Amino acid sequence: MKVLVPVKRVIDYNVKAKVKADGSGVDLANVKMSMNPFDEIAVEEAIRLKEKGVAEEVVVVSIGVKQAAETLRTALAMGADRAILVVAADDVHTDIEPLAVAKILKAVIDEEQPKLVIAGKQAIDNDMNATGQMLAALLGWGQATFASKVEIEGEAAKVTREVDGGLQTIEVKLPAIVTADLRLNEPRYASLPNIMKAKKKPLDEKTAADYGVDVTPRLSVVKTAEPEGRKAGIKVGSVDELVSKLKEAGVV
Amino acid sequence: MAVLLLGEVTNGALSVDATAKAVNALKALGDVTVLCAGSAAKAAGEAAAKIDGVAKVLVAENDLYGHRLAEPTAALLVSLAGDYDHIAAPATTDAKNIMPRVAALLDVMVISDVSKVVDADTFERPVYAGNAIQTVKSSDPKKVMTIRTASFDAAGQGGSASVADQAAAEDPGLSKWVADEVAKSDRPELTSAGRVVSGGRGVGSEENFAIIEKLADKLGAAVGASRAAVDSGFAPNDWQVGQTGKIVAPELYVAIGISGAIQHLAGMKDSKVIVAINKDEEAPIFQIADYGLVGDLFQIVPELTEKL
Ligand SMILES: Cc1cc2nc3c(=O)[nH]c(=O)nc-3n(C[C@H](O)[C@H](O)[C@H](O)COP(=O)(O)OP(=O)(O)OC[C@H]3O[C@@H](n4cnc5c(N)ncnc54)[C@H](O)[C@@H]3O)c2cc1C
Ligand SMILES: Nc1ncnc2c1ncn2[C@@H]1O[C@H](COP(=O)(O)O)[C@@H](O)[C@H]1O
Repeated sequence: MKVLVPVKRVIDYNVKAKVKADGSGVDLANVKMSMNPFDEIAVEEAIRLKEKGVAEEVVVVSIGVKQAAETLRTALAMGADRAILVVAADDVHTDIEPLAVAKILKAVIDEEQPKLVIAGKQAIDNDMNATGQMLAALLGWGQATFASKVEIEGEAAKVTREVDGGLQTIEVKLPAIVTADLRLNEPRYASLPNIMKAKKKPLDEKTAADYGVDVTPRLSVVKTAEPEGRKAGIKVGSVDELVSKLKEAGVV
Repeated sequence: MAVLLLGEVTNGALSVDATAKAVNALKALGDVTVLCAGSAAKAAGEAAAKIDGVAKVLVAENDLYGHRLAEPTAALLVSLAGDYDHIAAPATTDAKNIMPRVAALLDVMVISDVSKVVDADTFERPVYAGNAIQTVKSSDPKKVMTIRTASFDAAGQGGSASVADQAAAEDPGLSKWVADEVAKSDRPELTSAGRVVSGGRGVGSEENFAIIEKLADKLGAAVGASRAAVDSGFAPNDWQVGQTGKIVAPELYVAIGISGAIQHLAGMKDSKVIVAINKDEEAPIFQIADYGLVGDLFQIVPELTEKL
């Protein structure tokens, strides 16, 4: 079967986002960008399915600015076979909404006919946690979100999910959408020879218009502000002092 | 304007805290109808009717909704959507699974993790691990959203809304429930607890986590953990606090052996009083802690437990 993995180029998880002084957004100029960490986990899972002989081909797709080609090359270096870049914006500050991303992905999926899509659970920039679920809805497919374990059993996927109360295991009919949580696996690093090889792997470039999808946002960002700051308090010298401070504050 | 709120129902019981916080967030937008769906949902419906500000309760009792699979619950919400301008749920893992599916079926964007309702079209939500707060204005005809419960107080009790039965919607038949693995605990639930004690990688092992739990029990607190503690197997996944775990805002948060990565801070920095215990005086957690104590947690925590 073919597995498709959508990967997003986002601010690196080690970088603290800074709000622009004029409140127009977060400053992304000259900021380190990387593959969304959950998408690395999704790519890893797809590659493992291929290594186990369950999947034949892993196709990665990214939607956004031209520079997302770098993110796709990283996925190819990890072991994906082929990449599709859908250019839908020319300014790195333009974020394509999950609904528009899902519509483009649906169009790609209509052409590619994968049996399984593994997305990340959440993009660490917009923190939406929505695209996989929206894509499942548009395709009329089942969904298994926040996965910590995925097993393909014939025409179904058995998926263990991280939920508020603990873990839940469900079975979804294939084709289906799975979204990856943190503990699904530990993604590999691409080796230097694989990075070199990835440069020769096919990367198709498309545009949102090729798929006839309107990416105009439904949510316009009126303002982006810094959260209310928190000041560092004091260091106490002993447990006794801590206990008396907590009593003073009325919290114990 | 009318609001449909999906109540948080687990094994037939309403999570009153999460639902009441969402009611409070939404009631300025219009009459709030709470939908309680489950294989048993009558008792949950009765509980929802008592929340102050609830105008009406719908009870959809059917095995289809027993395990809150996304596809049937989303189909039910979509079948009801015509009568409402806002369709919302508290931002639990169940709702995060269901609501984006509802939004896409209605061809609207989902507005995740709303931390403030400005007006009927305008909402605030945190992005970038809480390092920025976005104000967004929706141009969609219906708003589908999840409410960040830690940002709102709970609506009170004393309501007496009418309760009506709701027929089930079609079954998309795409997935089925296999098993749950739920740890039973007498401790307060993490997201509604007034006090939280969390341990990180510094705690070192699953056995050592007992000292965190002892302090929590002394304080009547819930237990939380950092991602590193969960990944290392010291604590179960549902204890993770942070950007991609649970969001908490208790009166007291005690972070023990936690360095204070931005992803962890995203889940707890709205706590009222923060205490940090860490042997590294440079640990970033001290930059947001009200009271910091530098030292070895294996000495400090037992002593603190004894002296409280
Ligand atoms: C996509 C993504 C999502 C993430 N989501 C989350 C999330 O939701 N929640 C979360 O917590 N993290 C999350 N993380 C992980 C986060 O980046 C950090 O790696 C994690 O929070 C670190 O956990 P920690 O503080 O326990 O461990 P460390 O950073 O290793 O810190 C351990 C601390 O313990 C102290 N210590 C050690 N021994 C002792 C002792 N004997 N006494 C006192 N102090 C001691 C050390 O000084 C150190 O400060 C996420 C990361 C990514 C990439
Ligand atoms: N622009 C994009 N390009 C490719 N994949 C995306 C894009 N946006 C979101 N995704 C996928 O959807 C997941 C969830 O993103 P979100 O719904 O934005 O939190 C990500 O982890 C990706 O797998």
